Amino acid sequence: MIKQVIFIVSLLITLVVFAFTLRNLFLKFKLTRPKPVRNIGERLLITLKVALFQTKILRKPIIGLIHALVFWGFLVILIGSVEMLIDGMFGIEHSFHFLGKLYDIIIASGDIFALLIGIFIVVFLFRRIFMRIKRFSGTEMKKWSHQDAIIALAMIFFLMLTLTGMNSFYLLEAKLQGHEIAGVFPVSRYISVLFSGLSPQTIHLGHEINWWAHILTIFVFANYLPYSKHFHVFLSIPGVFFSKLEPLGKIDTMESITKEVKLMLNPETAFAASDDEEAPERFGVLDVEDVSWMSYFDALSCTQCGRCTAVCPANITGKNLSPRKLMMDVRARMNEKAPGLIKDGPDYSDNKSLIRDYISEEEIWACTLCNACAQECPINIDQPSLIIQMRRFLVMEESSAPAELNSIFANIENNGAPWQFSQEDRMNWAEDLSMNSLK
Amino acid sequence: MENKIKIEVPVMADRVSQGKSPEYLFWVGSAGAFDDRYKQVSRAFIKVLQYLEIDYAVLGTEESSSGDVVRRTGNEMLFQMQALMNIDIFNTYEVKKILTCDPHAYNTFKNEYPDLGGNYEVIHHTRFLYDQIKKGRLKANHSFFKGKKLVYHDPCYLGRANGEYKAPRKVLDSLGMKRVEMSRNKSFALCCGAGGGQMFKEAEKGDKEIFIERTEEAISTGADIIASACPYCMVMLTDGLKYKNSEDKIKIYDIAELIAMSLDL
Repeated sequence: MIKQVIFIVSLLITLVVFAFTLRNLFLKFKLTRPKPVRNIGERLLITLKVALFQTKILRKPIIGLIHALVFWGFLVILIGSVEMLIDGMFGIEHSFHFLGKLYDIIIASGDIFALLIGIFIVVFLFRRIFMRIKRFSGTEMKKWSHQDAIIALAMIFFLMLTLTGMNSFYLLEAKLQGHEIAGVFPVSRYISVLFSGLSPQTIHLGHEINWWAHILTIFVFANYLPYSKHFHVFLSIPGVFFSKLEPLGKIDTMESITKEVKLMLNPETAFAASDDEEAPERFGVLDVEDVSWMSYFDALSCTQCGRCTAVCPANITGKNLSPRKLMMDVRARMNEKAPGLIKDGPDYSDNKSLIRDYISEEEIWACTLCNACAQECPINIDQPSLIIQMRRFLVMEESSAPAELNSIFANIENNGAPWQFSQEDRMNWAEDLSMNSLK
Repeated sequence: MENKIKIEVPVMADRVSQGKSPEYLFWVGSAGAFDDRYKQVSRAFIKVLQYLEIDYAVLGTEESSSGDVVRRTGNEMLFQMQALMNIDIFNTYEVKKILTCDPHAYNTFKNEYPDLGGNYEVIHHTRFLYDQIKKGRLKANHSFFKGKKLVYHDPCYLGRANGEYKAPRKVLDSLGMKRVEMSRNKSFALCCGAGGGQMFKEAEKGDKEIFIERTEEAISTGADIIASACPYCMVMLTDGLKYKNSEDKIKIYDIAELIAMSLDL
């Protein structure tokens, strides 16, 4: 009974803290710009492909497979965690046991995955701490990013350790008491042998300690994640669901501009159409409240793996551009500006902005829009759309594009080509054209 | 030369006024019309179209910028003006199919014009040539490039942006050359450095130019020929070869040129 009360109280604390986090997040999302979500069916398919089957992380086959196994392991182990929640709340044990054979399969694979994930986490930690992997470094990778990674990895390792401990001591206790064993434990049955000489009290205590340590770590972990780059664990699957479905080359059309352009090209319709005067929205992105909710979602689900930056041609050739940094900047700027915006409303200003204080014009103009970053991102983050949005602000609100670009704008406006050639000369290339007869 | 035939490139306005409606609009593009090197690609592709007896026409002096580059440099206003003007012209001539050698125009017509009411079947010339090969209408002459080695550079806006990796390779394989890959190929390909408006401006400060990085990768394959399928890539890699003093050892051609050469058009 006492156990049940403690469990429910800790669960409630967890949920209250989590609800507080969610509320703050919701307020932040409310500051961002809308973007419609269509084609649910297609989105389910892409989620299945990219998230569940991990197709994009497997572009790096070895480390990708290790990630995929950790991910699939998490999914299986998650079922066990839900069972623990129910057990804890109702003071029962193995509440999913009624699943029969399926239960055995779930528990057995969870038991195997706990070992595998434990080993893989050690591999990941080794790569982070001892191997100089280029994509784990970069100007944007501050000390906190590395610490954050190591804290989350350590927590996952501890979760796997306690899961295995829990299983091993459960086996010993069940054998001692002559109970039927719920589930199959292909790994823990060997580990339990190590502890078989312990007294029944110690074995009971061992099980309790591991059980509590496991579930309480989950509670802490769940509340740590939203403040960590590992928020990825929660957001990557929905992020893939909401991600861009169109070909990578497609850029979103600004419908507010279509209206204006149509009026310019066809002024007779001007009187008929110009009655819906809305407050003019800023063109493009200057600051974090101008980004779409999807870009903010991207920023929250980015786990800073750096695959984008590793393939960025600008970054590879030493330019000051890192797609990963853009995502980190959006998240950091939101954290900085949101409290003021929420308190004082949209007119709040701290005399800073995403462009310039976080992302320089140099970074914005260094991009070739080759889409290598978006192609590489294992969770379909759309970095190029953010760059386009910032360019739109610089060009249409400030006219501050690099001078060479301003001259191609002028040329295209005047003579329909980026160079100063007359449109009348557009057929000159075809003069004196002849070919050999083959007939 | 023996039997030279003069080619008059058909212009849409003339054809339509003659009561014809050409099956394809061939979109030449600004580089195809004005860039000295890339004009050769337009001319080569015209020869191939003539050889295949395709019913096509160009817009001629009515053609303007597709707007791709201004959209990608943030000038959405000018992009939409260009797009709406172009759509107006396409619709005047009841254009159904647009053929182009430029992956950037291809991308913007195919993926972006529909938002503004322009819906066409857009075909990149690599896919067009591949279809002609599949139909048995186009058969390159194997002996022309005998013993040569070729490497293909994937343009971002054909490859990653639109998932077209197969057609250009199939067309190139029809030339009978040994074809090798750069280590970064297909969806992993490195950009030539010209996209997103970079073609028209100085690159930002860095250790190296992107086009040199890519040219070095192409040279390191030991190929005799770099094949490209994009006007930007052509300009950048041509500069790269000049910079590396490798113009004599390795040549760059568009896929249309290679086909025209092999057929001795």
